[in-house]
Amino acid sequence: MLLIHCPYCNQTLPELEFTYAGEAHIARPADPSSVSDEEWRDFLFIRTNVKGPHYERWRHFHGCGRYFNAVRDTVSDRFLITYKTDDPRPELSKLLEKSK
Amino acid sequence: MTHFSALSLIKNALSGQKNWEPQWPDSEPKAEYDVIIVGAGGHGLGAAYYLAKEHGITNVAVIDKGWLGGGNTGRNTTIIRSNYLYDESAKLYDHALDLWDGLSQELNYNVMYSQRGVLMLAHNVHDVQSFQRHVHANRLNGVDNVWLSAEEAKEFCPPLDISPTARYPVVGAALQRRAGTARHDAVAWGYARGAAARGVDIIQNCPVTAIRRGPDGRVTGVETAKGFIGAKKVAVSAAGHTSVVMDTAGVRMPLESYPLQALVSEPIKPIFPCVVMSNSVHAYISQSDKGELVIGSGTDQYTSYSQRGGLPLIEHTVAAICEIFPIFNRMRMLRKWGGIVDVTPDRSAILGKTPVPGLYVNCGWGTGGFKATPGAAHTLAWTVAKDDPHPANAPFTLERFSTGRLIDEAAAAAVAH
Ligand SMILES: Cc1cc2nc3c(=O)[nH]c(=O)nc-3n(C[C@H](O)[C@H](O)[C@H](O)COP(=O)(O)OP(=O)(O)OC[C@H]3O[C@@H](n4cnc5c(N)ncnc54)[C@H](O)[C@@H]3O)c2cc1C
Ligand SMILES: [Zn+2]
Repeated sequence: MLLIHCPYCNQTLPELEFTYAGEAHIARPADPSSVSDEEWRDFLFIRTNVKGPHYERWRHFHGCGRYFNAVRDTVSDRFLITYKTDDPRPELSKLLEKSK
Repeated sequence: MTHFSALSLIKNALSGQKNWEPQWPDSEPKAEYDVIIVGAGGHGLGAAYYLAKEHGITNVAVIDKGWLGGGNTGRNTTIIRSNYLYDESAKLYDHALDLWDGLSQELNYNVMYSQRGVLMLAHNVHDVQSFQRHVHANRLNGVDNVWLSAEEAKEFCPPLDISPTARYPVVGAALQRRAGTARHDAVAWGYARGAAARGVDIIQNCPVTAIRRGPDGRVTGVETAKGFIGAKKVAVSAAGHTSVVMDTAGVRMPLESYPLQALVSEPIKPIFPCVVMSNSVHAYISQSDKGELVIGSGTDQYTSYSQRGGLPLIEHTVAAICEIFPIFNRMRMLRKWGGIVDVTPDRSAILGKTPVPGLYVNCGWGTGGFKATPGAAHTLAWTVAKDDPHPANAPFTLERFSTGRLIDEAAAAAVAH
């Protein structure tokens, strides 16, 4: 079972308290009516599905109820960081440096 | 290649079983092929077999990063059925079922296809409505699927607990009699043997690290652990790793890869006559010919390539099995494992051409593509050979995610396997 750190509660808790909410930092098109079918496809369906560090969203469903972001390595399932939704996207090279 | 027969059995018995030949050679790559298939699962090996047999294309290599059949083909719970809701799906899966029917004879290899029936349990009003809708839609499509009362279900599957006080009461069930199971390894081995006998090279322990394209955009071959291998056409059939492989050709996929787990019990005497699935409680069970109870679990909620999966899912599944079959609650489980399944947004496969000339993809079978193996293999070979899809796979395009013509089995039932 994963242990996940909620950046709002500042506690590390079992996975069962959380729900996964897909890839992070995918912005909804600002002007939907001007967007092509291909851009809609990219927004709705295309995912990086990366094998390695993955930017993703989680929700502390059975706790504070809030969404937050995380970077998790999809090979080891180890979290590199979790951070609040309005924090900037952390740079991968720095995270990898830190986790060494 | 030795033709397996009663005669070959007797001959080899008389010579102490010492003269059996290897069933296929472990090939080293040539400089160039007409077609390279990435992924030696049942789908990829089968596609090579049909390319050689039905389209006369024998200068073919199937390349795998591990051993053949070591991906989801060798990890699945082998449920075979075709009672899907939508016309497109019914057609494709029924095409596969038709091929399953004669597969052992066709391959001269016993794939142990056993049409023991798949029973899908309804536990509540929603299940009843949804399954009856499936039964009717299937009937219109000529796909066999019948509705049973709880008593009839119990008669078909005696270990079932249908008492009204059960935690998950059984209020009825849908039964596809033509459905069943097959020996997963034998499917990969049978296709490998048949393909190799027709000249196909099977190259194992050789990860494909990139797909190469020429200045005109066409594929030119693949980069591998054993160096560059040229190819006029490349078909990617890499299941959970499809996004990773396709990304190297510059094609981004509508896929997410999740761990899916299964487990088996210690072997016991025959007790379980069919396959039972319960979507509401998310448990699937059958008994293998070795005697193990084969139990399918769910996917983890998060994407991962760890090929392990979390324990909470196993606990949940086993709890559900014990509720429906109290008789099994003291069984000991032998082992559990995981596979990485490639899931599309509409839970239907993608099988066809790609924006890259000469590049084809077969993926998105997610938690339920074993049953499709002969059908996917057959239509993938057709698509590659003719550069045009077979009618059965024509709707399963990559473009449907921009046109919006989804084949939404996810919304239809959210059924796995
Ligand atoms: C636990 C579990 C239970 C399941 N139960 C059922 C079921 O009951 N019924 C059902 O119909 N389906 C089931 N499925 C789904 C089914 O197993 C798959 O959909 C099906 O086997 C896919 O076949 P395949 O040949 O496409 O994939 P695989 O057999 O996974 O083959 C893909 C191959 O590609 C190779 N590969 C990947 N990347 C590379 C690379 N870069 N270079 C070279 N090779 C590469 C892999 O090593 C692998 O061998 C289950 C899956 C799992 C994991
Ligand atoms: Zn919290």
